[in-house]
Amino acid sequence: MEIADRVPQVLRDNVLITSIDGLFKWARSNSLWPLTSGLSCCAIEMMCTAAARFDLARFGYEVFRNSPRQADLFLVAGTLTWKMAPPLKRLYEQMPEPKYVIAMGSCANAGGPFADAYSVVPGIDKIIPVDVYIPGCPPRPEALIDGMLKLKEKIRHPENVQKVQK
Amino acid sequence: MTEAVSKVIRTEEYQLSMGPVHPSTHGVLQILLTLDGERVVKAVPCMGYLHRGIEKLMESRNYFQCMPYTDRLDYVSAMNNDFAYCRAVEKLAQLEVPERAQYIRVIMAELNRIASHMIFIGSLAVDVGATTGMIYPFRDRECILDIFNELCGARMTYSYIRIGGVKSDLSVKVIDMINVFLKNLSAMIDEYNDLLTGNEIFQHRLKNTSVITAEQALQLGLTGPMLRASGVNYDLRKDNAYSSYEDFIFDVPLGNSGDNWDRYIVRMKEMRQSAKIVKQALDGLPEGSVMAKVPKVLRPPKGEVYVTTEGPRGEVGYHIISDGTVKPYRVHIRRPSLINLQALDLMCRGYLVGDVVVAMSTIDPILGEVDC
Ligand code: SF4
Repeated sequence: MEIADRVPQVLRDNVLITSIDGLFKWARSNSLWPLTSGLSCCAIEMMCTAAARFDLARFGYEVFRNSPRQADLFLVAGTLTWKMAPPLKRLYEQMPEPKYVIAMGSCANAGGPFADAYSVVPGIDKIIPVDVYIPGCPPRPEALIDGMLKLKEKIRHPENVQKVQK
Repeated sequence: MTEAVSKVIRTEEYQLSMGPVHPSTHGVLQILLTLDGERVVKAVPCMGYLHRGIEKLMESRNYFQCMPYTDRLDYVSAMNNDFAYCRAVEKLAQLEVPERAQYIRVIMAELNRIASHMIFIGSLAVDVGATTGMIYPFRDRECILDIFNELCGARMTYSYIRIGGVKSDLSVKVIDMINVFLKNLSAMIDEYNDLLTGNEIFQHRLKNTSVITAEQALQLGLTGPMLRASGVNYDLRKDNAYSSYEDFIFDVPLGNSGDNWDRYIVRMKEMRQSAKIVKQALDGLPEGSVMAKVPKVLRPPKGEVYVTTEGPRGEVGYHIISDGTVKPYRVHIRRPSLINLQALDLMCRGYLVGDVVVAMSTIDPILGEVDC
């Protein structure tokens, strides 16, 4: 017998039945707390996304935290250099589980225009695992919002996500 | 701590590392602070967290391919950087820019200056704790970004100013958009004044802190609003007029005490002056083409040039050495943010930790430019 069938008839309209897992997924995906880690140019677009016109708050993602311990989304916006890589990794490790990473911009994806520079990490996935890649140099704020909605999809329905072969 | 008490209690200096991930360092900068209680004894900026090797990369690109890198140096005023780079290459290759293109360049550079100063106001407001103060300048900056978007399809990295002129002529729509923006700008600035300038707490944080005298400013080699806030009248647009700047009437706002407040006020006033220049340039826009005859393969003759341009943060200088091939032999960029940042120690010594954040903010460094 399904659990839903056990609910008395009088309560059917007032009670929601779900799994704990489903509830957590729902809550997590609707209120991601991003860690501000603006590294370079893309960070300005990230700020624009949070500001009045694009207003990330509409989606519930505007609580930008400055401490990794209070955040669950690592939004890496900008060029990562080898000098910056250890602090960045440490930030990631300090974040409590569950945590997600968005790589914003070509630089974070694959080094972008600086891919052949001696000091630039060609993609942050060399250092930390990435959930969503947003292309663009810089990605427009709409693209960032789309990326975050993609992450929402991913948190809700992890089974739908395609694995990228590397 | 009073004199008497400080004689009894022995205090000890300690080190505090601010950054490289800190909300008020405007990117990835580390500041090593030596503190005595809350007083700053020494502040050393520790750079290189965003060193992308741009100067080296430019050596392996041809002159046209270097343009995207100048966009990404000072990413909040990309037009000004492109402008500076193109002027240097044009001088090297002895290209004559048509007058219409010169005017359009001035319009775009000044609009970008306003956008850049808006970011300054927004981030200064956040740094002193007035989060709402950020929302307004960022909202208004979108108007300028819309103009650029219409012009060249990019919001931040334009590459609109090209070697020999500009990419395309102004469309009627763009001219309309600029006119509407100019009409609204005054009200926007008044709004910032209402929000911030008149605020007592804001004034307390900024007035009489981080004072730089005119002499110190000159010794440090500061340029741009940082220098003018100390009362030194030096603006390349006036003193070494280029690209038809001599045709326009505008004032150079000056401060007198060189504190944080003056640096803020100077930038506020500069926005109105920039708008004045844009207005004049639009009204007097000459006819003609917007692009000089530039060879498809550009091989400037052997030699070197150093050309300076007034950016929103100060003197942007390009030193390019050509060996007669399609690629520059060496490019050195004088980045105003880097040199202005050297004043940080002077600005923080003897002040409180909280003032470090404000000092950083009024230097207004862009880390992409500092580390290059
Ligand atoms: S992707 Fe482009 S805009 Fe973003 S940090 Fe890299 S160079 Fe800058």
